[in-house]
Amino acid sequence: MSTLASEIVRDTSAITAADLARGGRVSGTIGDITTPDPRMVCRGVNVWYGAKQAIKEVGLDIGKNQVVAMIGPSGCGKSTFLRCLNRMNDTIDGCRVQGSIQLDGQEIYDKRVDPVPLRAQVGMVFQKPNPFPKSIYENVAYGPRIHGLTNSKAELDALVETSLRKAGLWNEVKDRLDQPGTGLSGGQQQRLCIARTIAVSPEVILMDEPCSALDPIATAIIEELIDELREQYAIAIVTHSMQQAARVSQRTAYFHLGDLVEVGETNQIFTNPRHQLTEDYITGRFG
Amino acid sequence: MQDQTQPTTPRRTIDIVNASLKKRYARERRFRFMGAAAVTLGLLFVATLFADIALKGYTAFEQTYIQVPVDFDPAIIDPEGTRDPRTLADADYLAVLKASLRKLFPDLTERSQLREVYALVSAGAPQQLQSMVLSHPNVIGTATDVWLIAGGDVDMLVKGNLDRRLPEADRGITDSSIALIDRLAEQGRVEKRFNTGFFTNGTSREPELAGIAGALAGTFYTLVLTLILSFPLGVGAAVYLQEFAPKNRWTDLIEVNINNLAAVPSIVFGLLGLAVFINFFGVPRSTPLVGALVLGLMTLPVIIIASRAALQSVPPSIREAALGVGASPLQTQFHHVLPLAMPGIMTGAIIGMARALGESAPLLMIGMIAFIVDVPKGFTDAATVLPVQIYLWADSPERGFVERTSAAILVLLGFLVLMNLAAVLLRRRFERRW
Repeated sequence: MSTLASEIVRDTSAITAADLARGGRVSGTIGDITTPDPRMVCRGVNVWYGAKQAIKEVGLDIGKNQVVAMIGPSGCGKSTFLRCLNRMNDTIDGCRVQGSIQLDGQEIYDKRVDPVPLRAQVGMVFQKPNPFPKSIYENVAYGPRIHGLTNSKAELDALVETSLRKAGLWNEVKDRLDQPGTGLSGGQQQRLCIARTIAVSPEVILMDEPCSALDPIATAIIEELIDELREQYAIAIVTHSMQQAARVSQRTAYFHLGDLVEVGETNQIFTNPRHQLTEDYITGRFG
Repeated sequence: MQDQTQPTTPRRTIDIVNASLKKRYARERRFRFMGAAAVTLGLLFVATLFADIALKGYTAFEQTYIQVPVDFDPAIIDPEGTRDPRTLADADYLAVLKASLRKLFPDLTERSQLREVYALVSAGAPQQLQSMVLSHPNVIGTATDVWLIAGGDVDMLVKGNLDRRLPEADRGITDSSIALIDRLAEQGRVEKRFNTGFFTNGTSREPELAGIAGALAGTFYTLVLTLILSFPLGVGAAVYLQEFAPKNRWTDLIEVNINNLAAVPSIVFGLLGLAVFINFFGVPRSTPLVGALVLGLMTLPVIIIASRAALQSVPPSIREAALGVGASPLQTQFHHVLPLAMPGIMTGAIIGMARALGESAPLLMIGMIAFIVDVPKGFTDAATVLPVQIYLWADSPERGFVERTSAAILVLLGFLVLMNLAAVLLRRRFERRW
């Protein structure tokens, strides 16, 4: 733990004497990590990159029709946690995940669970828009095609259209579906990626700082879209922007150096944080 | 002056910078000059080499012909008048030719003089007459002017490759032969034409008959097979090593060995081919098949290294995107990563093939150095390849092989330039910015 962090901890009234005795480590999470009717349930999740522990004993529920925002300073493990939820961390060498993560009651790190269908259920939108260097149509049609979700060309066409409509991109691209997806603007590319994700009808959508590469106008459009998507999907979003978290989410989780410090209703977190670290972060004292 | 200013006014940064500026720019100018000089020198060497080869070689694309009024005597060609193709094929065309040449120079009767006359035309001239009669039997009984391939020495003299001013003993051609050629030239019976034979004939002991068709066909069969063998294997190995294999001590060891293999002298691959493919597996020697096996092994590490680099340059975000929508690792590779890496892989493969095209040392070990006149018609026919042909011709004593060696080098260089150009264009065409 860095000197800066231990100083912060010493300032913090919410830290008990027992915490300080353990070397200033924050333990346990303040607030209610559960939610009624959860889609994903995570308990005691630990992740190591080689010998370095990235997140420690994190527990969090991701509820239906709800946006959970994860905020925190860089390197706090919020992206790592997000990538555990669809086993994207499997592709990283030396990454080890421990603990329980369940999707609809099914343990996703169980040996019998295949990450391929899991990722069809838990879709992901990445930080940098990453459309395939293929046509707009192909970008959206790729997922349904490899999973065999449609039986005919007409069905696929319809699915592509609804997905693009849901992503709010249809009117902008309907006349140039055969043009490369990489030729769109950054915000359009990101919405294309969202359309690609929802084309396979996932249950949960994970978003890893989806607006960090976008300008304010494109960001506003995506945020509006996230709000609409909430009606059908469970959404977990990692963001660096506290305003964004306040705008789009119902629940907020604050991560700090691998610990999940506080979880709560977004309103409560931003108006009345219970943990000193959370307050310091959202008031801009660090981060 | 320095003593006066220094203690009083403290020097500002800008003064210090300005003082050193001149020196810095001078250093930059010197460096640029050295760079330009190095490039110029390099280009000069290459230009000299190319100019030398081109100057020596361009004459080989022309061939001297001598017009001889040939008397197709039916008494020699077809005494029974049956016009049976087999009789026509077996006829003594050398006798026909000699009789016609004697008629051209009626004043020469001595045996040594006649021998010089006969040497004016190539040893391939009787075959020329034979094929003429076989395709047009109605020439029999007529006297027709025929342009016959000139002998090697005549060809050299007409092209100026033999110097008339040298003393007879150093020249390689006698005064009397020169006189005969001059007599023919005065009558307009000597002519230079485009040398189609160079591209359609196999090799020959006679330089005027030797061509590169055999070597080209051998090269073609060998390279096609090399590509078929090494490309899928190399790309497959690269994909596995780069994308699927666990990173541990074994894969590190494999990687080091592949890099080593790429640097192994090619003759070693030839010895390996001789020991393993020919002696152990009994693959027929001197064939494009065994040549391709050896060259394929040699090209394999080049393709693997280039393919791995190309795969590595595909951004991980594409893999994440594909995995994120639920593509399996194999689908991710074949639908997204490989197509994006393909231009780089192709470039590597073309460069590997260009290296295989120019290779001669390993092929010497597996018998592709044999003297083979026939143009190979398949992967298991005895064959030779262009670089080995060049090596063989360069070793031949006849004066006429000098220009043919250079011409063959020109053809080889042409193919190399074409292949490298294709690699560059491919890279340019499909280059992608992320």
